[in-house]
Amino acid sequence: MVRTAIIGLGKMGLSHMSIFSAHPDVEIVAVCDPTKFLVDSLGKFVPVRTYTDYNKLLKNEVLDAVVVATPPKFHSEIVGAALQRSLHVFCEKPFCLDPSEGARLARLARAKGICHQVGYHFRYVGAFKEARKLLNAGVIGRIHNIRAEAYGPVVLRTAGATWRSHKVEGGGCLYDYASHAIDLMGFLVGPPVEVRGTILNTIFSRDVEDEVYSMFLYENGISGQLIANWSDESQRKMSLKVSVWGEKGSLQADRQEIRIYAREASAVTDHKLNKGWNVKYTTDLTEEVWFYLRGEEYSAQTSCFISAITGNSPQTICSNFESAVDTALVTRKLVDDAQGVSAKAPTRRIKKHHLGLVPGARFSIRGSE
Amino acid sequence: MERIVFGDNQFFGVNHMSEEKARAQAMRFQDTAEIIRVLDIAYDSGMTAFMCTTHDRIAEICAHVRANSERYKEFTFYPCMPYAQKYANAVTENGVISALAGMLPRDGAINALFKGGMSIAKRDLAGIGELLIDTEMRMFDGCRTPVVFLQNIVTDLLLGLKLHHLFRVFSDYVMRKHNAEAGFITMNMPMLLDALDEVEIDNPIVCSNINKVGFRMCGGLAAYRHAIANRRFRPVAMSVLASGAVPPREAIEFIAGLRNVESVVFGASTRAHIEQTKGLLDEVFVGNRGNSKSSVSRDQLM
Repeated sequence: MVRTAIIGLGKMGLSHMSIFSAHPDVEIVAVCDPTKFLVDSLGKFVPVRTYTDYNKLLKNEVLDAVVVATPPKFHSEIVGAALQRSLHVFCEKPFCLDPSEGARLARLARAKGICHQVGYHFRYVGAFKEARKLLNAGVIGRIHNIRAEAYGPVVLRTAGATWRSHKVEGGGCLYDYASHAIDLMGFLVGPPVEVRGTILNTIFSRDVEDEVYSMFLYENGISGQLIANWSDESQRKMSLKVSVWGEKGSLQADRQEIRIYAREASAVTDHKLNKGWNVKYTTDLTEEVWFYLRGEEYSAQTSCFISAITGNSPQTICSNFESAVDTALVTRKLVDDAQGVSAKAPTRRIKKHHLGLVPGARFSIRGSE
Repeated sequence: MERIVFGDNQFFGVNHMSEEKARAQAMRFQDTAEIIRVLDIAYDSGMTAFMCTTHDRIAEICAHVRANSERYKEFTFYPCMPYAQKYANAVTENGVISALAGMLPRDGAINALFKGGMSIAKRDLAGIGELLIDTEMRMFDGCRTPVVFLQNIVTDLLLGLKLHHLFRVFSDYVMRKHNAEAGFITMNMPMLLDALDEVEIDNPIVCSNINKVGFRMCGGLAAYRHAIANRRFRPVAMSVLASGAVPPREAIEFIAGLRNVESVVFGASTRAHIEQTKGLLDEVFVGNRGNSKSSVSRDQLM
């Protein structure tokens, strides 16, 4: 059994506690949250020890793993303390607000050989996993553009009392919504070398941005657009969509389905595509999970973390501290760019002949050049 | 329960297959009169039970049914609470405790609860739950609500957290206060049955996906079949078409073959689909001859 503690019992913490607790190989031994009412209520009916101070929890409990689901500004401190004790760590997104701190923790985690994961759960959505497979198999040829869009109805008026409405605590549309889109773009085509024209605008919030727009430039000539807006009442809940265009076709993926337009029929490995439109639905792409709460992807990421621990295979985790640091670095670039900092730096010129031809580029031109 | 129950996903932009389709439906049904028009088709084809989330707009449907009580003599609501997105957005904006406080009536009782009465966790969790149930039920005043369902987001959260006693609290309270039987919606049916046994809820109404391809049936198709054949509970099947993955006749024949399934929930938004599916269910599931034997298209909602 993987003896696990949950630190932070907000929306995500409770949800993780439920999913981890239902996992056959996990024993939740302790929980921690400063809200005494919550921990007391749980402690009374669930056989876990409860804490309001995570240091005491880490000191008193014999653990294998911790789930860190506090507001982001506490992540690096708590993850650091857990790593000192060589515990496996699952940390909610965004990982660390300071990317250099995140990078330090990633190095430490790797040196300790522990399993480390960050809750970018969209990497575990069937349609996005399929998109990655298809892109890696080259079914739409050399990619030239990627666009990720995230919309949702979080902030619809001037109010808000939680950390999500405070910039220094890791709130705002950038950390909360756009980070998922940035991470997904990273998952599909890697991180951009440069961001331009970033807009971080407020609509209703006082302290944080409600919308994020930016243009991404990649080393291998791909361009990208990031669009995130958490003040969109037309959405029932968060929706994240990614579109990719290549020389041989295009694809669009969201949580429900993936649509591929192939300019020619192809049969790359197990991805048989007809010429023209091909659609695959979530029902066909989703792997069965042992427990369902809110979406298969949450269970799938938990399963991945636990089996990496029991199988001693940290490399099987596809959303780890390192990929989360990449996402944090891009997030930082957006902040700098929006403040005009990057304008002072010399603009990196993307050479025409580099389009798709950079050695080591993830996507090479197939059948041309 | 009625053997065929009309569902509401199509009215509120829920579609497990396509966000585009969900949006098109949300646009079509933004006028409540359009929802009522479709409900009338279902009602007139013999489906008197409507299973619906406690979405704010359901209050308008309730008001319409109350105002036309003669027309809707048999109309029955099966409320499913809570409308989770409402809470999720409030929690994101205000935090867990403030969100709860914001959802509850602003009277002396709740103020007292939040000010000083927090020391006995048992009373408080149950007490807050009961107040939330009353708040959600208010829109159904004067309407028939013989069964009240707990939505899967809450059922499965409590199931995972092992707060199983709250199932009992829910069941006892809806019976005592609202004279209704409790129903539980879940994506983890076999696991939930164990939890309901543990808190001694006898012969519970449990609504879950039941379809031939095992879509969102955690524990697996075999465990579901075994539970339906051998355990004492009243299974209500939803998502029988697995979001369109199974052809309608095949899907309904599968459900009919499971014998013990008490009810089937389905939603559709056109007269043709409603009447065709109802006909198919009457013929294959209920055992009576339906109006129509023609096949139903894949894009029907379930």
